[in-house]
Amino acid sequence: MILHGFAHKLGDDINTDYIISGKYKFNTLDMKELARHIFEDIEPNFIDKIKPGDIIVAGRNFGCGSSREQAPLVIKNAGLSAVVASSFARIFYRNAINNGLPLVECDTSRIQDGDELEIDLENGVVRDLTGGFEMGINPLPPFMMKLLQDGGLVEHFKKYGGFSIG
Amino acid sequence: MSHKTLTEKIFESHINREPRIGEVVVVDVDFAMGQDGTSPLAIQKFYDMGGKKVLRPDRIALVIDHGAPSPTEGFANLHKLMRDFSYEQGIRLFDIGSGVCHQLIPESGFAGPYDIVVGADSHTCTYGAVGAFSTGIGSSELAAVMISGKLWFKIPPAIRVILSGKIPSGVYSKDIVLYLAKTLTADGATYKALEFDGDVIDQLSMDARFTVSNMAVEVGAKAGIFPVDEKTKVWLREHGRDNMCDLSIDPLANYESTVEIDVSKLEPQIALPHRVDNVMSISEIGDIPIQEGYIGTCTNGRLEDMEIATSILDGKKIHPRVRLIVACASKSIYLEAMKKGLIEKLVEAGATVIPPGCGPCVGTHAGVPSDGENVISTANRNFKGRMGNNKAFIYLSSPATVAASCLTGKITDPRRFL
Ligand code: SF4
Repeated sequence: MILHGFAHKLGDDINTDYIISGKYKFNTLDMKELARHIFEDIEPNFIDKIKPGDIIVAGRNFGCGSSREQAPLVIKNAGLSAVVASSFARIFYRNAINNGLPLVECDTSRIQDGDELEIDLENGVVRDLTGGFEMGINPLPPFMMKLLQDGGLVEHFKKYGGFSIG
Repeated sequence: MSHKTLTEKIFESHINREPRIGEVVVVDVDFAMGQDGTSPLAIQKFYDMGGKKVLRPDRIALVIDHGAPSPTEGFANLHKLMRDFSYEQGIRLFDIGSGVCHQLIPESGFAGPYDIVVGADSHTCTYGAVGAFSTGIGSSELAAVMISGKLWFKIPPAIRVILSGKIPSGVYSKDIVLYLAKTLTADGATYKALEFDGDVIDQLSMDARFTVSNMAVEVGAKAGIFPVDEKTKVWLREHGRDNMCDLSIDPLANYESTVEIDVSKLEPQIALPHRVDNVMSISEIGDIPIQEGYIGTCTNGRLEDMEIATSILDGKKIHPRVRLIVACASKSIYLEAMKKGLIEKLVEAGATVIPPGCGPCVGTHAGVPSDGENVISTANRNFKGRMGNNKAFIYLSSPATVAASCLTGKITDPRRFL
């Protein structure tokens, strides 16, 4: 799986309230509708600034805060293809993998806003085509890679009728 | 290896062999919970996954607390989905007026020592106070538990948090945990469990311990577990549990690190906007006017919190430019507070008491601040926009500090009123 898109750079500690504010998420299960409000509290009209396939690039502790699974779903439904961050909060991490949203953990300090990126998940490489450098990425534990390849927890359960390990 | 962390002991009791830190295990979950922000999606995922019957309905509860009673049409329809699903599946539903999920689950005896409890809400770590390994999960995972009774975990390493010294007057467990957040920072314990130790534990009531465990997730932790002592057992017995085993810290266990906090000189602490780890001692922060105070939430909406606030507000009136909102964390706390005359005194002092639930904490209704206003709250999060307005500023403190601040109209050291 090779992903290709432009970087939208955000800071450290981007919490799930910033990804999608509680005032919207409780009102509907329509993720397309929720996606219109993505990152609105920290960057108004963010949705108008992105193109399909674009990639969120952030610092430490991305996805901290509440357990809302709407957060990775909204990122997917906004058309974003992956999140690259120095580190992730754990519930967000699980939720993203469970919904088939690729997450990449690596040092993001050299990636600039707007850089063209290529992510090769199989071979564990992020290439910054604009900056002209590449980085190795921390691999996913095998069980999580399997969930991601299955397309998330729902698809995994459909395929196996339950957890395929243990 | 006979020396184990609390986390290892709890996992060992579920997999019946020596656990290894970092391994992924699939275990039977003892109890699972969802609230109205996460359950509707879990129900949708349950059907998407091919679910028909919930495997163990007696081990699931759904709670309507985030928007209770419903503030909008959207919310109302999602509540209906939860009510219908609970009825059809025969699972326990805590409807409006019952309270906040993280009070209801332990209060109903659904969490206890050695249990593995999950909840589709990040503050599920609260039940660590009664010796459970409890942690927040997503909606798909709640659906997976409803179908299979199981969930996967990566057994986390643990940080031993030694709380020592004597808690000074005017300083509470909230101040201790805010100070801990400052010490560890917002991601200082990501993927790890906090395990509490030290002579301060004896000085903490069960209500106070829930406050500490509740905020474990604010430093990224997966769980925040207390050992089980006599006080825990008495509390659990009062709440319908009788099968209790000891659970104590083994200092020789393989702790990834140890953090020691001497609370003897601690002052009341304040978390400043917009970060939970942006914490200062009250003497450092200067004059900060406030327009709204909030006492409640799963962090500080328990009886002891109401008692502390009332002891400061009793016979006085809040500042004319301040609004004070109070919500007990559950119906039984609300009733108890009424019987003790606390509610009457709070209302006399000028408080607006709203039904047990989350409301203002998460900005769904009942207390959204206006642009530019400062709020002082007993909640666990002060993110921008958290209370429903991204142009407001949220400060976090103990109930005592909120009460004192509401009297003066600015952030105030509660020790002035003791
Ligand atoms: S009171 Fe606040 S923090 Fe606690 S469960 Fe409700 S919304 Fe979440």
